[in-house]
Amino acid sequence: MAQVLDKPVALDAPAPDARRTARRRALLEWIAVHALGVAAALFFTLPFVFVLLTSLMSDSQALSRDLLPHPWEWDNYQRVLDTPGFLTWWRNTLLYAGLGTVLTVVSSLPVAYALAKFRFRGRNLALMLVISMMMLPPQVVVIPMYLFWAKQLDLSGTLWPLIVPMAFGDAFSIFLLRQFLTTIPNEYVDAAKVDGCGDLRTLLRVIVPMAKPGIAAVALFQFFYAWNDYFGPQIYASENPGAWTLSYGLESFKGMHHTDWNLTMAATVLVMAPVILVFFFAQKAFVEGVTLTGVKG
Amino acid sequence: MSTVTLAAKRRRAALRTIAFLSPWLIGFAVFFAYPLLSTVYFSFMHYDGFRPPTWSGTKNWTYVFEHYPFFWPALRNTLWLVLVMVTLRVLFGLGVGLLITRIRTGTGVFRTLFYLPYLAPPVAATMAFAFLLNPGTGPVNSLLEKVGLPAPGWFNDPAWSKPALTLLALWGIGDLMVIFMAALLDVPKEQYEAAELDGASAWQRFRFVTLPNISPIVMFAVVTGVIQTMQYYTQPLVAGKVASGVIQGAGTMFEPGYPEHSTLTLPQLVYNLGFQRFDYGSACVVALVLFALSMAFTALLMRRRGGLIQAGD
Repeated sequence: MAQVLDKPVALDAPAPDARRTARRRALLEWIAVHALGVAAALFFTLPFVFVLLTSLMSDSQALSRDLLPHPWEWDNYQRVLDTPGFLTWWRNTLLYAGLGTVLTVVSSLPVAYALAKFRFRGRNLALMLVISMMMLPPQVVVIPMYLFWAKQLDLSGTLWPLIVPMAFGDAFSIFLLRQFLTTIPNEYVDAAKVDGCGDLRTLLRVIVPMAKPGIAAVALFQFFYAWNDYFGPQIYASENPGAWTLSYGLESFKGMHHTDWNLTMAATVLVMAPVILVFFFAQKAFVEGVTLTGVKG
Repeated sequence: MSTVTLAAKRRRAALRTIAFLSPWLIGFAVFFAYPLLSTVYFSFMHYDGFRPPTWSGTKNWTYVFEHYPFFWPALRNTLWLVLVMVTLRVLFGLGVGLLITRIRTGTGVFRTLFYLPYLAPPVAATMAFAFLLNPGTGPVNSLLEKVGLPAPGWFNDPAWSKPALTLLALWGIGDLMVIFMAALLDVPKEQYEAAELDGASAWQRFRFVTLPNISPIVMFAVVTGVIQTMQYYTQPLVAGKVASGVIQGAGTMFEPGYPEHSTLTLPQLVYNLGFQRFDYGSACVVALVLFALSMAFTALLMRRRGGLIQAGD
């Protein structure tokens, strides 16, 4: 259809003059679009640049209005790492994010598979409940949950109240994986069944290899969630600095160093950097995950 | 086939389904249904965590709505954020999405640069902005003064604290940018060609081709934006703490909302009532308000035709 339409237009070739103005307009548009692009890029990157520059200033210079450090105090990063607690927070964060991610993937995958491929009564209801849980602010149930973990199990001051629930399926991960699994044609499941595969074998041997990008996206999101979580550690770990995570400890860092913006910004860089590094290694899976939860409606 | 084996088969299928769903079934019961019912229960009890809970009728409810000084400011702030922050985020996200689909040179680099701020951990991003926007020595005010513009107090001025939070939210536009970008690339090319043949201007092409095609995504962005605003917690709390200069060591108390209640949001009230004032009952009242508001908008999201549920079926 489009080709049929194209032909007469192409035959009706524009005069050289018209073509020149068209080309000039295209060039102007290119310049305008890319100028806007550069302006936007400045808006998005300058905050990072200022933070980095400040993190390399001396204590007194960080309080001045200078924009460039002189001399460059690379030592600031060593001072942050030497701060008591900082490495503990780092270890706690890795434990929370790492173990939490593994537990989430393992517990969410079978649920997502059942919601995507099994036919049973109440499936839509279950899915609606999953979405409701996904949209539930954690503060809604925090009072009974805190009483449960702190008063009944005596686990406040640790990260276990945040890690253990991840062994019981995370609503967002279930939803994202379910979205991904529905895109895998049922024929693969049926073929595996004809070959005598049980449900668990089908999931592990047939579905998991095909769902790797979805699993990677879920793992990434979960890792970032735990890395960024502030409310959880604030509720359960605040009383015990030995259980703090980076996101929670970072803020108290400002308290310890009062006006030392240079050290605070160095700590900020150290909290941001791992997330950004992970992103560069897994960019594709991540962006796929964002579009999967949003658009594929 | 006899009915007995058919029934057995069906029972096996049901067991299989339950087995696969079991992690979530337990999670649903223990971490959702039970605490939710418990929240309702506690909202009618007086409980400070030390003495056993006692029945207090609707006292917590009247306290929160009529006497608790933070409730209405928090609700007003949420309304402000929904009207201004969500609107600007959707417009800006669409704008950046349109821009990125038109950039022909270095697309990958631009896209990554635009996306990166979204990844910055909220606490770190808020600390960064508290520094950038600090009225004394912050680089933003230095630049504004240099070019002769007025330098606002940002996180230290009740009139400017929410605009400062909005700026922070616009910086992290990456999620919406990706979603809008995908939607814009999905608009059928033929429709643009047809519009062009009909002599439609750029604005008309946007208004009559682009917009109708992406309107479900705009709707999605608005509703999820509203839900996120209900849950807005870390950024306003940390911004208030850093700007006020009241940061712990453990044990120091920060009344959220600095400056002058201007950064209060509903989730912060749950923390304030429950974990600073040890009034668990009233905290549960706010939690239920938060629950009702979130679920109302979630229902809106699910009712939409072709919405979240239909995907892939």
